[in-house]
Parts: sequence; structure tokens; C-alpha cells
Amino acid sequence: MPKYKLTVNKKKYEVEADADTPVLWVLRDHLDLVGTKYGCGVAQCGACTIHLDGKAARACVTTVAAVRNRSITTIEGLSEQGDHPLQQAWVAHDVPQCGYCQAGQIMNAAALLTANPKPTEAEIEAAMRGNICRCATYNRIKEAIQTAANQ
Amino acid sequence: MKTSYNRRSFFKVTALAGGGVLLGFNWLAAQSMGAPGSKARLGEMTALNGFIQIDVTGLVTIMSPNPEIGQNVKTSMPMIVAEELDVAWKNVVVKQAPLNTQVFTRQVAGGSQSLRQSWKTLRLAGATARQMLINAAAQKWQVAPAECTVSEGIIRNAKGQQMTYGEIVGDAAKLEVPKEVQLKAPKDFKIIGKDTKNVDTGDIVRGKPLYGIDVKKPGMLYAVVLRPPAFGLKLDTFDDTATRKVSGVRQTVRFGDKIAVLADTTWAAIKGQKALKAQWKEGTKPESTADHDAKMLAFLDTPAAQPKRSDGDVKTAFASADKIVEKTYEGPFLPHSCLEPMNYFAHVRADGAELIGSCQTPERARKLAADLLGMKENQISVEISRMGGGFGRRLMHDYVLEAVEVSKLSGKPIKLAFTREDEMTAGLYRPASKYKFRVAIKDKQVTAYHLTGTGANGQNFTRENTFPAGAIANYLVESHNLESNITTAPWRAPITNFLAFAEQAFLDEVAQELGTDPVKFRIDLFEKAKASGAKFEYEVDKSIGVIKLAAEKANWGSPKAGVYQGFSTYYSHNTYVAEVAEVVLVNNQPVVQKVICAIDCGIVVNPVSAINQSEGGVIDGVGHALFGDFSFEAGKPSANNFNGYRLIRMPEAPQVEIHFVPSLNDPTGLGEPTLPPVGAAVANAIFAATGKRLYKFPFVKEMAIQGATQ
Repeated sequence: MPKYKLTVNKKKYEVEADADTPVLWVLRDHLDLVGTKYGCGVAQCGACTIHLDGKAARACVTTVAAVRNRSITTIEGLSEQGDHPLQQAWVAHDVPQCGYCQAGQIMNAAALLTANPKPTEAEIEAAMRGNICRCATYNRIKEAIQTAANQ
Repeated sequence: MKTSYNRRSFFKVTALAGGGVLLGFNWLAAQSMGAPGSKARLGEMTALNGFIQIDVTGLVTIMSPNPEIGQNVKTSMPMIVAEELDVAWKNVVVKQAPLNTQVFTRQVAGGSQSLRQSWKTLRLAGATARQMLINAAAQKWQVAPAECTVSEGIIRNAKGQQMTYGEIVGDAAKLEVPKEVQLKAPKDFKIIGKDTKNVDTGDIVRGKPLYGIDVKKPGMLYAVVLRPPAFGLKLDTFDDTATRKVSGVRQTVRFGDKIAVLADTTWAAIKGQKALKAQWKEGTKPESTADHDAKMLAFLDTPAAQPKRSDGDVKTAFASADKIVEKTYEGPFLPHSCLEPMNYFAHVRADGAELIGSCQTPERARKLAADLLGMKENQISVEISRMGGGFGRRLMHDYVLEAVEVSKLSGKPIKLAFTREDEMTAGLYRPASKYKFRVAIKDKQVTAYHLTGTGANGQNFTRENTFPAGAIANYLVESHNLESNITTAPWRAPITNFLAFAEQAFLDEVAQELGTDPVKFRIDLFEKAKASGAKFEYEVDKSIGVIKLAAEKANWGSPKAGVYQGFSTYYSHNTYVAEVAEVVLVNNQPVVQKVICAIDCGIVVNPVSAINQSEGGVIDGVGHALFGDFSFEAGKPSANNFNGYRLIRMPEAPQVEIHFVPSLNDPTGLGEPTLPPVGAAVANAIFAATGKRLYKFPFVKEMAIQGATQ
């Protein structure tokens, strides 16, 4: 199996994996970074959202071969102390129910706020459309993003 | 309220290394829920759920007994213990308990029953520990316990002396268990009724391992299973040559009609599953939705051998009616779509087994695993993981038993995981169901009511003793079972998740026929039930209470310009709910803008999460009513992932307003009750907006077929 040098949350790793292995499984099974979740495997639910060079990407359809020389950020590395404004807003609004999708929601929202620090409600809805919350905490997610954007 | 102990009850107190003390509870007497409002007597209970650990610094650890599926019991159940123990919530640490039937009972997430069934036992757990701490302090001070007061973990006496729980807990552990304890008056609650943050949110937003899918153990292999591609098919032969060439694949294991691929990583196991070449043969006849529909529609015109309920003389009332209104409603099979697909860790050894994972009924899982392995239950340990959704899917144990069997056959610790495709095509489903409602109208009054229900794999698709039982003198309810080889499971608010839509949409149509306001029509029916003296299983005053609250908060009958309202109300899982949906037309398409929801669930233990749960139920109900489209062709499901099966997403989620009826009654549940009525509230609002009635899920398809929109 080929070897790949990866940068995840500013740390260097080397993994041995088939070229077609999705980054999702490299993170979860090889590197034990399990905050990135599997939901569909076909980029339809957003539970696996990570950042590639600061932009949101679906780790379930991004192969390990495609991320060489790129900076990967996962929910574990979104902030050093776990206190990104979105993480704080999620706690303040008591957003999660089951919580399974929330890391992906936060990562997607963080990329949105980087690109568009003051999104309108319609812009938030459009940007978050790809992230399913089966418990339907959508309204709290939206409010938490608005709170973080207003900080 | 005083509570006395049965002599057979016992109380385990164990000193811990480090000076702490464990107050464990285990009452062996039989538990009876009793009638509403009856006094709790410990002598009537089988066991108490919960245990408390207090260390010398006063830090309190409360074990949360029940599985957490997003209903927030991991926070709300310990809140109840902490309330009666009388400690500051900031000094409480919550831990998930493993399965332990010696200490806890009903470690189940299901039926919206966690708080209702454990309310008194959790309170007693806290109150008993509090009394022992007071007694120990009183003994030390040589005063009567009654002279002591307690607040937030500090005991005080009349002389002005004080002592913390941490200082006295070692002495308290040596005392007799009090025979009587005083429960707090609800008006004195300091934690119950206050917004309390979910104890796991910090870990959730930082991506910490919490869920079954996050489990990893030394030597563990990942297992992915190939199952028959259509219901009715069986495995004939298979060739795993290509699978064995996939790097990382270790072995394949055939069990029954399935083949497990064991590998070093999930991805290798998935690739190995895809590379398997299997030949399938017919076991039972593969079924299609068209076959189900034909059979179920025929059932709706067939009298049942035994009605579920029959009051008065329905036949005569229909024969003498001025008008008969008859409508049929049809609901599809639906997958549960838990965002965390099924998975489970099992390590079967010669002398026992270790099970870890997400399961709504771990005790039942252990029993079935023990049966499968020919072991005793005490040889099997079960850890309970936080669940990425349950919705009834994880009440079933197929995936647990698959993991157990594959571990046994391979001799390896394994984590078995479903892909989304496995989940949606070879899983379990909400049973498809259909209902035919008929009412007889004479002299502008409903004189008879006849409901016939049918659905897949269930003995009763009706709820014959809830509303409108008692409200209509001539009343007949029948049910037929459609035997199907499509595997089915409870789905959030079983049966009522579609029955409530059908009933409340039908009643709206009857009100229209009578020219009566839909809210007034329902209130009149409830009043008739109250006056009838008939037996039924709901409370009229609470039913009318939520109807009036929802109507008032929604300004029923006077919506803003361009807004169309629909009403619905339903009692399920012991909780009363009424809802008003508001629809607007955007480019002539109906859009659900807002749902106003009134709830009577007794005392609200944790408002911030109660609102979250209730709002989620509403939006979940709106989503599946609008978009839930699923069918079978020759045993094969119509979709295998979220690109072919639509779930509600953020832009479609309506605003939701939740209003609780103020109450100090014992709590009932909220995991399910807000979902059943919302489909009809939406359908009735869409009728108000477009003049078209909806009779089938999903509404988006119905509207396109009917031309409900221009």
C-alpha cells in the first residue's frame, strides 16, 4: 500500500492506505480522530465535513491521494481550546439533540463564516443545505451561527 | 409527600477508596405505576434507578441509567436526583451507567417513558441520600434531624453550625437507611424547571468519542456485511476471490444468508463487501408496493373477525344518515435514517462476551446475545454508548446479534458497521399503513364513526380507546394485519405517526362538511365524550386545555394576510399536544412557515431541552409528511441513500413556537408526542391555502399528482 504524508490540525502524519481511501476513514480508523462522522458516504449529509486549506469539504468523497500537500482541519483542531465562537454558540444555544451531525454542521458553518463573516439568514440556509440534522435542530443551528457571526 | 420503605427493600452503601461513598439503590419489591395522582410507595416498586457518589470535597457523581438517543435523559434524569439530594448542579458530574440490572431497572430508551416511569424512583434516590446525610450531621451535633435544614449540599442547625455533604458523607454511609423520607414540594424545586445545559455538548462540539461508531479496541477488526439485495431472497453461493485481494481484508465469514467481510479498516471492509460475488435464490416471494396496496385496500372493505372496539349501533346509524363522509389515507414504509448507521462492537470469548454500542434496549440485547451464544447473561458485559439517533430503529437487535455471531465465528473482537446503503436497503422500516374513515351525519350531527385500519406486520394499527372514543355513541374500530416479508420496526410514535395525520385530516373535512369551525368542532366532541359516561383513555380537560392554548397563541381564525392556518390535536405517549400550522404561498407553492404547538406534559423538568425535543418532533413530522417517499419493487427498496430519499433540510424547516401548559403534575414524555399531529396541521393548512385535500404521504408527490398547486 502506498504511503501518504498528511497535515492534520497542524500535525504531520504518515499513513499507509490505498489511494482511493476516503480521508474520512483515514481520520477515523488510521489516526483515531473520530470527531468526523460517517453518515452517507456520498456527500449528501455533511456529517463528515472537514476543512481543506480552510474550505469545507466532504471527507467521505475526498480521497487520501487528493489531499497531499494540503492542510486538513477537523473538528478536533478547529480551535486549540475548543472555544471557537461557533463551539461557544453551540453550547450557549444548547443546540444538540443526539449530536451526531453537529461536528459537521460546525465545520460547515465555520467555513461559511470565514468566507462570509456576516451572512444573511438566506445565506446561512443556502450554505447549510447540505448538512442533514435528523433530529431537526435546524433552527437552533441557525441561531447559533447568527450568534457567532455577531461576536 | 412522605414515602415509606418496604422491609424487604435494601440499600447498599459501599465505602470507596479515597474516602468517598457510594449510595446504591436496589429495591426488590414489585413496582406498580398506580393510577395518576396515587401516592408513591416504595413497597410497590421493583427497583430504584440511580446511584450517587459523593466525594470528600462535596463533588457529586450521578450515574445516568438510561440510553441517550438525543432525548436528553443523560441531563434530565440526574437533574431529578440532584434536586432531591439538594446539591448545586455545578457540583454534579454525570456519568453514563453500563447495563446493570442489579442496580437499575428499565434501562430503555423508548415510548417516551424515561422520565414518566422513573420520576418517583429518581426523586427517592436523591431524597433518601439527603436524609442520611442530615441524620449523620444531626448525630454529630447531637441535635434532632428535624432541627437541621439543608441547601445546596450544606447542612445547618439551629445553633448556626454548618457542615458540607463531603464532610459528613463517610458517617452517613454507616447509618441505617431511613424508613421514611420527605420529598420536596414541587414549588420548592431549584433545579427541576430551570434551563440546564446538555451535559455532553462540550464533548459533542469538540469531536470527542461518544458514539458506538467511535469504539475502537485492541486487535479489533472492522466488519461490513453483504445481505440479500431484495426482501425474499436467500444466499445460494458466493465467491470471495476478489474480496480476498482487497488490501486490508482479513477474512470472510458466512452466517445464514449473509457474508461478513473482516478487515483492518472500515474502508477495506466496504471495498471487500462490494467485491463479493453472490448468487441469490428466492426464499419467499418478493413483494412490491403495488401488491401491498391492493391487499391493504381490500382489507379496508372487509369486516374484521373481531372489532377492536364497538359501541352502540353503527349499522343503523349509517342506514339512517343524511350524509356519509368516507375518506381513505395511505402511508408508505419509511426508513428510520438515524444519522449514525447501525454498528456494534462485540468480543465473544470462550468464557463470556463484551458488548459495546448504541442500543435503545441493552438488557434485551444481552438476553438475546446470551441465547445465541448459549451463555448466561452474567457472562456478558454491556456498555451503553450515546446514540446518533434511535427513532425506534435501535429498539431492534438484528445488528447486535450480527456482531455477536460474526465475533463468535471469527473468534475476533469486531465492530460491525452498516453502510448507509445497507441501512436503507436491508434494514427495517416503519410499516406501511392505510386507513378508511367513515362518519354518518344526521341533523347536522355526527351520529356514527367507523375506522378500519391496516398495515404491515402489526396486530393493531388503530388506537381504539383514544379520541374520538366516547365522543360518538355509535363507534366501530377494526384492524387488519398485512403479513409481509419486509422487515418492520417501531418508528418514532409507532402507528400514531400516520394514524394521527389521517384522523385529524379527516375530522377537518367533517368539520368543513358540517360548516363548523375545526377548533370548535373538536372541543364540542371532547365535551360530548365527557358527558357520555363512556370509558376511554384520555383526559378531556387536558385535551381541551392544549386546544385552547394553541388556538390562542396562534390567533386561530385571524391569521395575518396571506397566511393560511390548519389545526390538529393528538394525545400520544401520555402527553397532550395541539398544533396550528401556518402556510404561505410562494410562487403559488404552499410553504410551511410556522407551527405553533401547545403541550401538556406535566411538569417540565428541563425547559431548554424540552423545547428542543418538541421542536425537533414537529420538524421531523413536517419533513416526513412532505418528503417521505419510499416503496418496493420485487422486494427491492426504491432508494439506497439520501440522494434518492429526501429528508427535510434547513431551508425547509419551519419556525416552531412551543407553549407548555403550566403544570406541577408528574412529568410525561416528549420524545414522540409532538410528531403525530403535525402532518394533519400542515395538510389542513395546505387545504386552506389551495382548496386541495391531501390523503397520502409524501405531500410533495400528492400535490404534484393532484395539481394542488398552480
